[in-house]
Amino acid sequence: MSIDVRAYLKPHVHMSLEERLALVKRRFADESHISVDQDAFRADPQKAVLFICPAQVFKHNLDDDSCIVNYEDCLECGTCQVTRRYTTWNNPRGGYGVTYHYG
Amino acid sequence: MSDERFEVVIVGAGPAGAAAALVLAREGVEVLVLERGDFPGAKNLFGGILYTSVVNDLLPEFWERAPIERHIVNRRWLTLDEDTQIGLDLKSAKFDVPPFNNTFTALRSKWDRWFAEQAEEAGAMIICETNVEELIVEQGKVRGVRTGREDGDVEADVVILAEGANALLAERAGFRPQMGPRNRVNAVKEVIALPPEIIEDRFHLEGRQGMALEYFGGAVKGTVGSGFIYTNHDSLSVGVGCLIEEYLRLNIAPYDMLDDFKAHPMIAPLLRGGETVEYATKMIPEDSYDALSDLYEDGLLLIGDCAGLVNPSIHHEGTNLAMASGVAAAEAVLSARKANDFSKARLAEYRERLEDSWVMKDLKRYRDTVHFLLENREMVNEYPDLAIRLVRRYFTLDDTPKDDVLKELWKTIRDEVSFFKAARQMWRARKTML
Repeated sequence: MSIDVRAYLKPHVHMSLEERLALVKRRFADESHISVDQDAFRADPQKAVLFICPAQVFKHNLDDDSCIVNYEDCLECGTCQVTRRYTTWNNPRGGYGVTYHYG
Repeated sequence: MSDERFEVVIVGAGPAGAAAALVLAREGVEVLVLERGDFPGAKNLFGGILYTSVVNDLLPEFWERAPIERHIVNRRWLTLDEDTQIGLDLKSAKFDVPPFNNTFTALRSKWDRWFAEQAEEAGAMIICETNVEELIVEQGKVRGVRTGREDGDVEADVVILAEGANALLAERAGFRPQMGPRNRVNAVKEVIALPPEIIEDRFHLEGRQGMALEYFGGAVKGTVGSGFIYTNHDSLSVGVGCLIEEYLRLNIAPYDMLDDFKAHPMIAPLLRGGETVEYATKMIPEDSYDALSDLYEDGLLLIGDCAGLVNPSIHHEGTNLAMASGVAAAEAVLSARKANDFSKARLAEYRERLEDSWVMKDLKRYRDTVHFLLENREMVNEYPDLAIRLVRRYFTLDDTPKDDVLKELWKTIRDEVSFFKAARQMWRARKTML
């Protein structure tokens, strides 16, 4: 087998975060393992969970200034709760959530 | 209270838990390891370098059969500004022969699974897809664990907690200080696939040789953190990480930090033609030695990341401390078992073993590293940038006589660096970082 070197001289293709999240195998539970105290979220001037989460689990609902939790996207690092205690994070049920193929 | 009883229950089948299980099982102890993932390693991540002095003690010449990626013969520590890099390059043929300087690249989903299998073969029972929801504590003594399974309580003489950096059980039971943005790093990483031949050509490697590149300064926007590229067999591990507090200070998302790193003119050419096949994230504990809890309670030991055993210096060691702590915990449990005494006083032997070993000696050595860098940002910002400018100017060719170039350099240093402040910082850096 020979390699066409030219194929590997092209720039690395940038993937959107959504595309990258879609690479990770996950088994979705019916219930969210993350909850947010909405009043405390509203009171956070930085709204830190919106950008600190590497999977963008938290989205801002501008209609009522609330926080939407897309727990299915969670990669289980726990950074949200450590950053802002108004999020409560529990391990997903055994066997659910992320399975890394490489890790 | 429950039907099930084991001598030892270990929570988490990562490197710390599996090392403890392996040592205990070899001595005939009834060990149950509970893992919440589909298999050991399923939820685990690190940057990519596995230091293996402990593994080689437990499983001599493991590299003959273990799923490691490459052995590191070439390391670079580099600092970047927007368009330039300088750094230190260490490459040695001495690292190309067993035991390969005990420095390998690995992918955790494969490595952890294999390492846990060694514990299983020694007689440990590992049950996956099982989440431990809480510790069962009676009168201050840990009696067992409550799992998410039906009738899921399991009793044990001693519970070894190896739950990882997101130390929920330890924190909620009050057995460790609260995790926060100043003692937790968030790291994000991509695995980028490339054929082995391309990797070997691009990074000047032969066969299973590997390379580790670590980037500081402008590579991570002058934060207390780093970026990295590690060569696996047929992929690169590429990522960035810094204290959570740093992302908050800059109002930047981890993936944006990663994307900017990958797009840097010094980085992008190394990734050419590579296809991202996984995106992953993890917290890393950077609890200073001074902030560690006892790590031993009545009927409980804390090991690995949940105990806070990571070397936060340029050495960036974690999994080997995890495994060393697993071994130390197992040995302490073996002598507690002999005495049939699993009290806090008895289990203090675990901490004593750690204190006597390189694990705590190193954590003590680097107890102020993170704090020092946070209080002296010049170390990760102005000074590396200045070093780049000085070196670049020194080698920038124009018709200026070299005498004048040198004068210019000294003037730059005098103008930009407060001598006494810098001298004091370098003195403290020597003590806290080297």
